[in-house]
Amino acid sequence: MAVRVVSEWLNSCSGCEISILNLGGTLLDLVPEKLSLVHIPALVDSKYFGPGGDQPHLSLPEAEVGILSGGIRNEEHKEVALEARKKCKFIIALGTCATNGGIPAQVNAFTNQEVTDKVFNKCLTTPPAPVPTQVVPKMTDRVYALDEVIKVDISIPGCPPHPDWIADAILALLAGKTDWKLPERSVCDTCQVIREKKAAGGADIKRSLTNPVFEVGEPIQKMRCLMEQGFLCQGPVTLAGCAGKDGNPRCVDARMPCRGCFGPIRKSANPLVEMMGALSSVGINAQSVPDRRMILNRFIGAHNKLRPLPQKPGA
Amino acid sequence: MAKTIQIQPVTRIEGHARVVIQLNDAGEVSDTKVHVMALRGFEKFCHGRPVEEMPRIVNRICGICPWNHHLASAKAADAVFGVTLPPTAVKLRRLAQHLAWIPDKLLNFYFLAAPDFVIGPTADPSVRNVVGIIQAAPDLAKKVVMLRQKGSMLLEDWLGKVIHPVAAAVGGFSTPLSAAYRDRIVAETKEQLEFALFTIKFAKENVFPKYLDAVKTLGVFDSGFLGTVTNDGTWDIYDGKLRMMKIDGSYEDFAYEQYSDHIAEAVEGWSYVKMPYAKKWGDGFSLDDAAPKGIYRANCLARINVCDRMPTPLAQKELEEFRAAFGRPAQLTLLYHWARLIELVANCEMALQLAQDPDILSKDVRADVTVKAGRGVGCVEAPRGTLIHDYTGDAQGFITDVNLIVGSTHNQAPINISVKKAAKAVIKGGVVDQGVLNLVEMAIRAYDP
Repeated sequence: MAVRVVSEWLNSCSGCEISILNLGGTLLDLVPEKLSLVHIPALVDSKYFGPGGDQPHLSLPEAEVGILSGGIRNEEHKEVALEARKKCKFIIALGTCATNGGIPAQVNAFTNQEVTDKVFNKCLTTPPAPVPTQVVPKMTDRVYALDEVIKVDISIPGCPPHPDWIADAILALLAGKTDWKLPERSVCDTCQVIREKKAAGGADIKRSLTNPVFEVGEPIQKMRCLMEQGFLCQGPVTLAGCAGKDGNPRCVDARMPCRGCFGPIRKSANPLVEMMGALSSVGINAQSVPDRRMILNRFIGAHNKLRPLPQKPGA
Repeated sequence: MAKTIQIQPVTRIEGHARVVIQLNDAGEVSDTKVHVMALRGFEKFCHGRPVEEMPRIVNRICGICPWNHHLASAKAADAVFGVTLPPTAVKLRRLAQHLAWIPDKLLNFYFLAAPDFVIGPTADPSVRNVVGIIQAAPDLAKKVVMLRQKGSMLLEDWLGKVIHPVAAAVGGFSTPLSAAYRDRIVAETKEQLEFALFTIKFAKENVFPKYLDAVKTLGVFDSGFLGTVTNDGTWDIYDGKLRMMKIDGSYEDFAYEQYSDHIAEAVEGWSYVKMPYAKKWGDGFSLDDAAPKGIYRANCLARINVCDRMPTPLAQKELEEFRAAFGRPAQLTLLYHWARLIELVANCEMALQLAQDPDILSKDVRADVTVKAGRGVGCVEAPRGTLIHDYTGDAQGFITDVNLIVGSTHNQAPINISVKKAAKAVIKGGVVDQGVLNLVEMAIRAYDP
């Protein structure tokens, strides 16, 4: 019998779902004989309040696997996550928003009051208006990763996760293996650029205002490490996997530095502190990183990594 | 007996919404609302970020159209720093823009919209989806799955990431195009063009005619339209000026920086999303379905209506046929599906043209950038409508203010009106079932929100 899958998107952008579609032929091999998509809003007409829209409470169908993307940003996200946990045997947190808050958790550096004040009172084209309250769910005090709200069985980070890992995790589950996880390697461990290991002598970090030095058409193995070229590249403190099972890290492949979208290499890590150390080790003035707290926590603002700074006295 | 019906999630769309329909004691529709339930606050949390980092942050506004946000943001960042791009950088961004649209259009037509037309609007929901399509037309469905994936991988293999791209950098592009990869783009885009032509022919012969009644009635109302055109009025999705058309077909063109003279955003107490309206018309804003005010629409039907012509021969032929049948502006909501396929053809032709441009291989792809204080408005078209990114930065190049009006929001007010119209037309005497409610959802799905 086919394994039933419930998929939901919470505080997210739908990129994870497009990554599922980018499985292409692999998905066709699985659906519908091996996997039955019983609830996935992007593709299937399954409704919270029943087919006639007249059931009083939000409900999801029962399934073996629940795949949730996005973090928790309001009471409805929480309700959907709790319902999925209740109805699904295994929960997969899909994507960095679900595992670490993702870019939407940058908002954790601000209070809800600051956010709604800007959005509804201080935008150029918006005549000031009260914050909407009818029918719309109440915002939670901050963005939470999924595992702060419900028990998560498998985490597939990435912004978005590579289709290779989505397939790998699902196939592992189908084979009865319930402890799937990405190997604990750094982006640098999988990056094939040249490292000359010469220190930069205390230079300031280069902002992303110029291209690195490389030859067009030459493979990535001929380009010097972006951090050694003076750019902030978060490869040393970021979990590998963005290129799938093989291949070079994807942003570096496009000749742009890593920004940490797969999150930390292990849960206990502190990428901000570790990255400062990594920069110092190649002789870059770590204090010169612009917008340091936000850029080094760009994808991982949940788990209390980002919070509003205390107001300066008199401010 | 009065009753409340809730449709959630609205399915086979690319966003999140709840529809609430109120029935009165006679079982007639007394009110409907489409609620957007989440607020992320990009306009706030971008405050303080380095301007050059913005294209890598705001692409997360949408995982379906990250390229469009990425490009609008890069253009706004260029404008903040007052940098002029090398011509090839502009062409590479354009090429990426057109290539990104191709898989998006295939996804929408075949996976999201087609189940209503091929399987049937009131069919059993367990088969009214892409899996049903795979079972009904396995060879065609497999081809779509493969070509959509191939279209995505063409960008991914070239520029690292197809979802949440990084290659459009302030001042230009992160990497030139190699001759070998150019050849792959040409070959694969020819294949996409051939399939695009098949798709529009297939839809015109087998899909649209069967549902002309629904097209003529479902969620129909008259509105204005917003889109981008070049200086001479040709359809464009990367650069140009904005054109706001009134219901009577008259229009006004304006530069990006003037958008706030023409557009304002209304806040309703029941939805987190703001609702843009045509402020310049001076009528204010009203969602009253009997007498809407200030309502314009965006996305493909709008672009097809506002442009004087398409930029390429095959798409132009399609536009002429469409206009001969439906006039200008065409108002029927379900015609979005048809307009979308005209744009699919145009994107394939444009990508092919750009890839074969001799300048496309130049290595001069990034201008020198000097950080300075300034304001920049960057616009591109996303499949779902015009993106407006307005940034202000300080002397050190950090963001001090952001205003965003993004694709789907332009159509929030129109969607509310279309849903009200559709619900009133299909719900009679309190009789509601999944088929009836799906007809209401089809009025949303046309907009591809």
